[in-house]
Order: sequence, then structure tokens, then C-alpha cells
Amino acid sequence: MKEREKPVHGDDNPKPREVKRRLKSTKRISRRKRLEFEEVELPLQVAIIGGGVAGMEAASVLTEHRCPVILFEARPELGVNVKNKYKIFPDFSDAGRLVETMTKAMDHPLITVNKDTEIVEIIREPDAYTLLDNKGVPHTVPAVLLASGYEPFDAKRKEELGFGIYEGVINSLQLEDMLREHKVLNSLGEDPRRIVFLQCVGSRDEKVGNHYCSKICCITAVKQAIEVKRQLPDTEVYVFYMDLRLWGQGYEELYREAQEQYSVRFVRGRISEAASTFDGRVQIKSEDTLLGQPLKMVTDLLVLMIGMEASPGTQKLGKTCGLEGPYGFVRSKSPHLEDNLSDKPGFFLAGTCKRPMHIAEAVNDGRAAALEIIKYLRK
Amino acid sequence: MTTKKHYWNEYQKEIADDKYFYERSCIRQTFFPGSETAFLRILKEELGKDILDVENQHTCTGIGFYSDIVPLETTMTIVARLFSLMTEAGYENYVPSCVTSFGVFSEIVDLWEHQPDMLEKARKILFETTGRTFELPKNIAHPSDIIYKFREELKEKMRYRLVNRFTGRPLKVVEHIGCHYAKIFPDKGVGKAEFPHVLAGMIESWGGEVVDYPERRHCCGFGFRQYVVRANRGYSVANSKKKFESMQPYEPDFIVTNCPGCTMFMDKWQYTIAEMEHKTYDKKGYGIPVLTYEEMAGLLLGYDPWELGLQLHQVQSERLLDKLGIHYDPNEKYKSVSGRILPNPEKPQYLRV
Amino acid sequence: MADFGFSISKPQSIDTNDMDVGRLQALEAKVPSFKRCINCGACTATCSAGQFGGFNIRRIHNLYRWDQRKGLEKELQQCMLCGKCTLVCPRGVNLRYLIIRLRKALADNK
Ligand SMILES: Cc1cc2nc3c(=O)[nH]c(=O)nc-3n(C[C@H](O)[C@H](O)[C@H](O)COP(=O)(O)OP(=O)(O)OC[C@H]3O[C@@H](n4cnc5c(N)ncnc54)[C@H](O)[C@@H]3O)c2cc1C
Ligand code: SF4
Ligand code: SF4
Ligand code: SF4
Repeated sequence: MKEREKPVHGDDNPKPREVKRRLKSTKRISRRKRLEFEEVELPLQVAIIGGGVAGMEAASVLTEHRCPVILFEARPELGVNVKNKYKIFPDFSDAGRLVETMTKAMDHPLITVNKDTEIVEIIREPDAYTLLDNKGVPHTVPAVLLASGYEPFDAKRKEELGFGIYEGVINSLQLEDMLREHKVLNSLGEDPRRIVFLQCVGSRDEKVGNHYCSKICCITAVKQAIEVKRQLPDTEVYVFYMDLRLWGQGYEELYREAQEQYSVRFVRGRISEAASTFDGRVQIKSEDTLLGQPLKMVTDLLVLMIGMEASPGTQKLGKTCGLEGPYGFVRSKSPHLEDNLSDKPGFFLAGTCKRPMHIAEAVNDGRAAALEIIKYLRK
Repeated sequence: MTTKKHYWNEYQKEIADDKYFYERSCIRQTFFPGSETAFLRILKEELGKDILDVENQHTCTGIGFYSDIVPLETTMTIVARLFSLMTEAGYENYVPSCVTSFGVFSEIVDLWEHQPDMLEKARKILFETTGRTFELPKNIAHPSDIIYKFREELKEKMRYRLVNRFTGRPLKVVEHIGCHYAKIFPDKGVGKAEFPHVLAGMIESWGGEVVDYPERRHCCGFGFRQYVVRANRGYSVANSKKKFESMQPYEPDFIVTNCPGCTMFMDKWQYTIAEMEHKTYDKKGYGIPVLTYEEMAGLLLGYDPWELGLQLHQVQSERLLDKLGIHYDPNEKYKSVSGRILPNPEKPQYLRV
Repeated sequence: MADFGFSISKPQSIDTNDMDVGRLQALEAKVPSFKRCINCGACTATCSAGQFGGFNIRRIHNLYRWDQRKGLEKELQQCMLCGKCTLVCPRGVNLRYLIIRLRKALADNK
């Protein structure tokens, strides 16, 4: 991270000295009104980078504590990485509705939302940070929350699986779209006779440089397999896995339900190659490792369960801030009690910019980060 | 197939421009010597390149090495001697004619990079036994890499295209890449291992259409010891059969490969399968012709099919030549270099020729 | 025919494209708990028959899942229907009943 003593600022931005002065007054206010300080509006904004569920939840909590927030989202919409799902595990609730509820809360007098605004650089000032956005506008704030999230793995990198080459090979997000439209069709536009899911695409794979488990894809496959069976009861559904990691509350039960109620078949083995057949379906190569025998299988659709990687924003900002952790995620101060802190005072972290998480975790993490920020500002 | 171009183009290996040291292939010289001659002719006459083909060269031990008959130290020393021939001749770009050799060289160089003591050992053994020294090549490229690199220049000189003269449609070509070309070291192959572009690039540039069939990436089954030991040959042929069955619905006009083992086995196993199971993979019982990339290039450049040695293949190519519109003299087919007409070979019982 | 001294090897892989899923579904309809198996191998581990004859009840029902029936009927004769496997199964698969149904299905479907 760049550090400087005397920065240049736009007119609207407080100078670091001003930040320092107002911070002092904040402390005075809070000392005076110790019991009801939530009612006192903090004179300074907190910047949140990333309008995903973690960033939005943090913004909500900060405003509940009368702290003004400026939220930056690189994309034209908030919550895209959740909105691109149809129904979410573990309860099959509606992803769109969840994002809608959270987005509505952003319509708050203390929140300024800047969409289409990517933070490209962060400069550390004495007692403040100056964020530069893609339009070259600087924003100086006493505290920053990095909630820049994840990026779904680009399955084209697993060349042998033919994603982006064969129409019958899709990723889990494309299946979400099909499920939303109630149009799960093969490449010829017909009802699929067979659908195969493949786990751990882009995760637990040295060949793409990711040794970690993305932890959401096993349960996502179970969820999607059930969805498919609800929409297409006659379709054969197979899930090829290396290990099934159904760790969360209700996950194992959902797995059991997938087997028992929906006849989803789980096969232990990793698909090593996919190719198109003459009639436009997909031939896969795998072993049933529990039998120790290779399988010959043709399927209408091969769904790749893509994992979570650090988003380009996370990777870039993590690097410029010196907080780069494993695989391009950012590193917190410590994983137990200081997981929302970084080793830079006033610089906080939340959500999947740190590691793969599901929605509830990311939301809780955003909430926890907000409380850390309040604590920091009022100290 | 067009969508794939994008991925293929993402990886291009480094291929030297000129001044090549050529190393011949044992199998190629024995079974389709016309290919090697054609390669040298294309480089020298069509492209005006400097390519040296020295006399005192020898096997790379590849087949023996990969069959576990030749020990590593021997192969290392043999490789060292071949490199010393290159060094003595003042060349730096090594061009092994055979994909197996290409694998051996890439593998030994990689070993030396990781274990410098092995390189020292090779230097020492070579010096003690022959008094020779060597430098490592600057670039190792397979001949198919070089033809690929200059495919557009060659296209300018070609008299024919990979187009069916009767229908005006592109010929459907199955391309098969030898395993040792890119599966051991993906970075050493054009387009890497899963969708190698080395032959596909030639086919596309020269007007043909690449057949993408499910078993495209499967091994031809040669497998060295799998072929060398007779009892294992059933396994070897089964692999080729798997490929033929998979490509059959696409009705390919011919197969082109960049590895001598593949050319030989995909060609000759068609005879074996026809004789054993009375099955061929074209509609009329002739089998699918299997060419080397030099034979393909040579034909398009207008070289005489019999000089290219097409008659030495098991599956005969007259029907393909007709589709390409290439003239040939049936009476010249079995003529020796000295001009003597040789007796016609015996005909197989089931495979039509 | 020319004698080549070898014959073309047959594929060793399980061809799932030819299988009849109906047979498996019929068995599952009779023994719904069968669907819940997670391949833990507790049944095989405890099976008395499995300790001596190379009999593997988990492998048998897995083969049947892929409609691989060859030799299963004979193999299943080794089972003594003692029921120990059912006792230990963590997913509550009614193995003993499964074996009875499987024997019948195999006998009916020759
Ligand atoms: C296939 C798949 C299915 C899933 N299904 C479920 C499910 O069913 N249930 C569930 O609980 N979880 C699910 N998840 C996980 C869920 O998507 C995440 O937990 C959640 O989106 C994490 O939220 P986040 O706010 O941490 O990050 P994100 O949602 O990634 O939000 C980060 C935001 O930051 C923005 N950003 C990045 N860099 C910058 C920058 N420099 N400047 C400005 N903005 C920037 C990004 O545009 C993005 O909008 C799934 C994940 C995948 C991959
Ligand atoms: S959650 Fe499952 S599919 Fe995803 S990486 Fe982990 S083991 Fe693989
Ligand atoms: S019932 Fe049969 S399979 Fe089960 S433990 Fe007894 S002998 Fe083994
Ligand atoms: S004990 Fe039950 S769950 Fe485990 S392998 Fe046997 S049948 Fe399956």
C-alpha cells in the first residue's frame, strides 16, 4: 500500500488533518454521551468496498449505529454474486428476494451507494485512507471495510472438461439460470435423459493452483440435483464426487433426501475428460472408485460445480495493501479473535474476500466487521 | 470446432526459425521413408531453410527405453552423443523426426535441468567413452511444429486443397497426436495437451475440416511393450479399435498423425481388425487412409504420391487421391528406385485395396 | 482367417449407456432404504461370509446399481442371512431384506 504524508484531495474530501480533528471530536462526543451514543451521528463516513451481501450487511449495521457509509460497487447492481442464483441452500429460499431485501435497506439517508464504481487504489494517510475509484475520484475516510468478495472459477481453465467448447458442458451458475426459467434442456433443446454433476471443479486441484475446498459446491450440487429432479422427475441424475463435504446444519439430511426421495445417484470418482458425441451429447471418462472399475457414460448435460476464487478486486487490492493471503484471498490479523481486522489500523475485512463462505457466514461476517469499526471509531 | 480455435491459440510454443539439426527416426525410415525425404525437401526446396541431416547418427533408444529394455544411463549417453553431433556441426536447434524421440529428448533435458548431477554424469560418460562434448540445444522442435509454423507460407505454394473435388466440401480429417508430443510436457506442444493445434492448424489452413470425435485424445495403443510383446497386442489393437469406433459415425476421409507409431498402428491395425473381425471403418471396406503430415503436405504441394511412399501403407489411398483431384499413374505404383516394376503385394482377405 | 497369435481385448469398463435402470428402480421400490447407502463398508466389515470366501456385500449391491448382474446370483449364495450387516448399517439400509429381494430379482431375470 502506498503511504504518504501530504496528499492532494478533491474539494469534497476531508483532508487527513480534518479527519484527525473530527475523529477526536467523535471520541469526545462518545465520552459525553456514553449511554446513548447510537443516537449521535458520527461526523465521518466509513467506506465499504464491495456491495455483496457482506458489504451490504455491514452498511446496514453501521447506519443503525448512526455511522454514515459510502459503499462502492464495481458492477451496475448490488449483490450480483447472490442474485445470479435461483434458490439457495439450505432452505431453497429465493436468492432474488434476499438480495432485494438487502438492497432496499441501502436506501437510507446515511448510505451513499456508488454503483459502477470500482476502487482501484488505496493510499494510506496518517489516520485515514484515500480510495481512488476508476473515475479517478479520491475519497478520504478514517476507516475502510474491504468486502470485495469472490469470483466463480472460470471452468475454461479445465480444458479437458470442454467447458466453452461443447454446448452440453455447463457450469453450476448456468444451471441456476436454467432452473429459474424452468428450462433445463440439453444442447438440442430436448429434455435431458441424464444429467451428470462434477464436484470440485477449480477446487482441490493442484493443476489450477487451488488446493483448498470451496465448501459450498457439495451442498450446491445436492440442492441443484434435487431441483432438477423436482422439475424433471424422469431424468437420471448422477453426482461425481471425490469426497462429499456436507458439513452444515441440514446438509447431510438434504443429501439423504436427495438419495431417498429423488433417487439422485452419487458416484465416487473424478471425471477426467469430456468430449462431444456424434449426436451432440457428452461422453465422460471416470472411474467408480468404490468398485475400482472405469465407467463408460454419455450424458445430456455435464454440470461443473465451480468453486470460489478471490475476485480480481480482492486480488488486486489485497496485493496493493500488503494483505495478500493464500490463493489471492486477503489475510486477516488472526483467524480466531481478530478475523475482521487487518494488520493496518482502520482497515477491516469481511466476507468471501478472505476465503470461501456461504451467504449466512458472509452476512454475519459483515455484521461483525461493522461492530469492530464502530468500536474503532469510538475508541 | 470453430469455437475451439480460441483456446488453441492461447498457447503457442517457441519454434526455431532456421538452422535445424535433423535427427532421423528408426520407424519412419523403415516403414514410410518417403515422409522423411519429403520433410527435408519441403524445408530445403519450398522454405529455403538450412537443415542438416548427418550420416553418423543413430537411434535415440526410445522404443527400448519406454519398453524398459534400455536403462536410463544408456539413453542419457545416447542423447548426449546425438547432441554432440549437433554441437560439432555448429547447430543449436534440434529437430527429432519421431515423436517418441521428441519425448525422450524433452524428458532427458528436463531430467538434467532438475538433476544437474545427471547431466554431469552424462557428460562424463560420453567424454570417457568417445572423447566428445556437447551443448544443450537452444530449441527442440518436432518437424510437425516446423510445418505448422510455416503452414501459411506452404499454403501459398500448394497446388491442391483439402477439399473434396466431387462435392466441393472440405475433407473431414481425423488428426491424431502422439502421446509423447504433449502429454508428458504440455508446454512443449502447440496448443498443449488437451486440444493440440499442431495438426489441426495445418488441416484448417489447408482447407480441411477437423473431426472432433469423443476418443480424439485417446492413445493409439502402440504403447511400446504393449506392442513389442505379442501376447499384449490384443490390448494395443483394442485401443485403436476404440478410436475407430468412435470416429466412424463422422465418416472421416483420412487420418493424419504426427507420430510414426500412431501412423503405423492406426494404419496396420485396420488390416488386423478387418482380418480378425471382418470389420472396416469406412462404408466400402477399404479402411480409412492414414497419412503423415508430410505426406499430407507433400500431396498438396503436388509431389508424386508414389514418391511419397503412399503405396507402403496398409490402407491404400487411391480413393483419397481421387477426391483431392491428384493424378497418379497406377503402373508406377510398385516401381523401384532403379525403375524396375516390382511384383504386386499379396492382397488381404477382407480389407479391400 | 490369419492367425495373429492374439485376440482383440474386450472393454473392461462398465457400460452405463446400455444398462436398464428399471431393474434397479424395481429393487429400490421393494427396499427403499437401499437408496440411502453411503458405501461406508460397515456391512462388509462385519459380514461373517465375507471373512473367508471373498464375498463382499457392498460390492455386490454396487454392481447391481450399474446393472452388472453377471455372477451375482452365485456369489449371493454365500450369504447366510444372519442379519449382522443390517444391524451395523449407519444409514439404516435393510440389507438382509435387500439380499432376499436381490436373490429373487436375479433368479427372475436370468
Ligand atoms: C455456484 C455457487 C452457488 C452458491 N450458492 C449458494 C447458496 O445456495 N447459499 C449460500 O448461502 N451461498 C451460496 N454461494 C455462496 C455465496 O455466493 C457467497 O457466500 C456470497 O455471495 C458472498 O458474499 P460476499 O459479499 O462476501 O462477496 P460477493 O458476493 O462476491 O460480493 C463482493 C462484491 O464486491 C464487488 N467488488 C469487488 N472488487 C471491487 C472493487 N475493487 N471495487 C468495488 N467493488 C468491488 C464485486 O463486484 C461484488 O459484487 C454460492 C456460491 C457459488 C459459487
Ligand atoms: S465443497 Fe465439495 S465440491 Fe466443493 S471443493 Fe469442497 S469437496 Fe469439492
Ligand atoms: S446377512 Fe449375509 S451379507 Fe449380511 S452379514 Fe450376514 S452373511 Fe453377511
Ligand atoms: S453398512 Fe449400510 S451404508 Fe454402509 S456400505 Fe453397507 S449398506 Fe451401505
